[in-house]
Amino acid sequence: MMHTLHSLLETASRPHGGGDLLVLAILLPIVALLLIVLTGGRFGRAITLASLVPGLFITGAIAHRVWTTRTALVERVGGWEPPLGLMLRADGLSVLMLVTTALLVAAVALYAPRDFRVPAGAPETRTSLVFWVMLLAIWASLNSIFLGHDLFNLYVALELIAFAAIPLVYLEGKKGTVMAGLRYLLFALMGSMLYLLGTALLYSHYGTMDLTRLAAAVNRDWVVALSVALMTVGLMAKTALFPMHLWLPPAHSGATPAASALLSALVVKGSFFLILRIWFDLAPAFTGTPGAQAVGVLGAGAVLICGVLAVRQTRLKLLIAYSTAAQIGYLFLIFPLAKGAGFERALSGGVFHILSHGFAKASMFMTAGMIVAACGHDRLAELRGVMKTMPVATIAFVLAALSLVGVPPTGGFIAKGQLLSSAVLSAQWPWVVVILAGGLLTGAYMFRALSSCISPAPLSFQPLAPVSRIREWLVLALAVIALWIGMFPGVTTRTLEIGRPAPLEARP
Amino acid sequence: MNTTEWFGIAAALLIGLGLFGVITHPMLLRKILAFNLVGTGVFLLFGVIARRGAAAGIDGDPVPHAFVITGIVVAFSASALAVTMALKLKSDTGESTFPDDPPADAPDPAAPPRP
Repeated sequence: MMHTLHSLLETASRPHGGGDLLVLAILLPIVALLLIVLTGGRFGRAITLASLVPGLFITGAIAHRVWTTRTALVERVGGWEPPLGLMLRADGLSVLMLVTTALLVAAVALYAPRDFRVPAGAPETRTSLVFWVMLLAIWASLNSIFLGHDLFNLYVALELIAFAAIPLVYLEGKKGTVMAGLRYLLFALMGSMLYLLGTALLYSHYGTMDLTRLAAAVNRDWVVALSVALMTVGLMAKTALFPMHLWLPPAHSGATPAASALLSALVVKGSFFLILRIWFDLAPAFTGTPGAQAVGVLGAGAVLICGVLAVRQTRLKLLIAYSTAAQIGYLFLIFPLAKGAGFERALSGGVFHILSHGFAKASMFMTAGMIVAACGHDRLAELRGVMKTMPVATIAFVLAALSLVGVPPTGGFIAKGQLLSSAVLSAQWPWVVVILAGGLLTGAYMFRALSSCISPAPLSFQPLAPVSRIREWLVLALAVIALWIGMFPGVTTRTLEIGRPAPLEARP
Repeated sequence: MNTTEWFGIAAALLIGLGLFGVITHPMLLRKILAFNLVGTGVFLLFGVIARRGAAAGIDGDPVPHAFVITGIVVAFSASALAVTMALKLKSDTGESTFPDDPPADAPDPAAPPRP
């Protein structure tokens, strides 16, 4: 352990290179999960928590390297050059996602032990083994999505995410969760097959899967348009964009709270990240075209229809899950908005939304988990006064809700502000209406959730189990990060610029 | 029309049939089989690309072969996972089809776990 840390420090302090850090970021969670498989679920918690230290350190080292040199960090795995070799590349966008993922995985790992403890002497449970293994597997596969620079490599990473996420949906074997997991699996499988079909067409035309080489080679012709369409539709199914969102609410609300937080905050963003890569790095010429407008219409459908569905929910976890389906819609508005003068604003608005929604939603699902632990159910009508037993978590819930609604100075405000200003800059007024109406709907369902939890308690209310103070501070920390993103937006925008392709004025 | 083109058309047909099956059949096992049909079509397409030679124009390009091998492994494990879950669903609830209407209500966390 000490030796590994020492060699890590050496790698990080070397002036050039440092690309092996990218390999380590993917390898470390895999090594840790193999250790858990070997030693059993009893040690899952200890091994996961121990792996967080070097994991956060590696992420920090990558971020530090990219931030100080202000260039993307590149690794040619095994010394092989593309097109035969696989390249890993960390630009500013990857760094933002790596840091978010590391922080959220750490939060989930600190939140979860209460649910997955194996008492000394008791027989080991399957759930604790599976939970810790899959948590680390999600971390590894997300990192390989964020660092991958080869479309086929990214396909494998996509499948890995699905295989790691789906067992978490039916982990506890509750009624209906297996069905929810199967539905998720079928959507995910069809999604990745369509994605693979798109990459096959690109390969047949250009003979490479490397993103940089493809970006330099692609023309705006029908083969590229068809492959971008196939890949986008496939990834939409995995991201649960309306009208392919049907699998998300039962899967996310039925999972165990720690898993719901991970699925809603991170896993859907993994496939969305690939759509970003395809539209903004591979074929930026397609943003703002009629095809992109169609994608935006689906996004608007998600914002409005899933927003209305969220308002109508009677159960807290389902409300939060529908809110995820609605908030995902905003992410797809950036493709029509990224046109002319609005291009950079749309991208940064989307990234702000990914980050702040990630932290706010994780905080919210974890708070919902604490509410279920205290009440034994999550029926909104009967949650009166539950928040009295958890004052710190109440502050967190309010902060997270403000960020989702987009109230200044939260991260959600910056996200929606950037989207609005890109709509104005590119003179596309209908999207302004969608963004504002979505904000009102978000306000409505968040008010509904909060008002039932905060209203005065009946005198007889007693929580089923004592509220964990660690969990309370944890959800507050996540909500504060969502706030911090909005208070210091410069950090995010300055990071996002690093390693982007040449300015887009050059585009035809 | 040469043989490679016929294979390309066969791949397109397989993908179309599979997509139709996945969308229209409510039975889980049929959906899983239809997914495999789509997969077979995509792999066949990679074979066609390899035979024709991609941009480099190499006859019998080996790179798509490598993609197909990885793809088959992934699709096989995906099918295994799906079949296992379908069996678990059958033994838990006795169901082997998707309900006609979309899930209006998710599992209630208060419900006790199935034995």
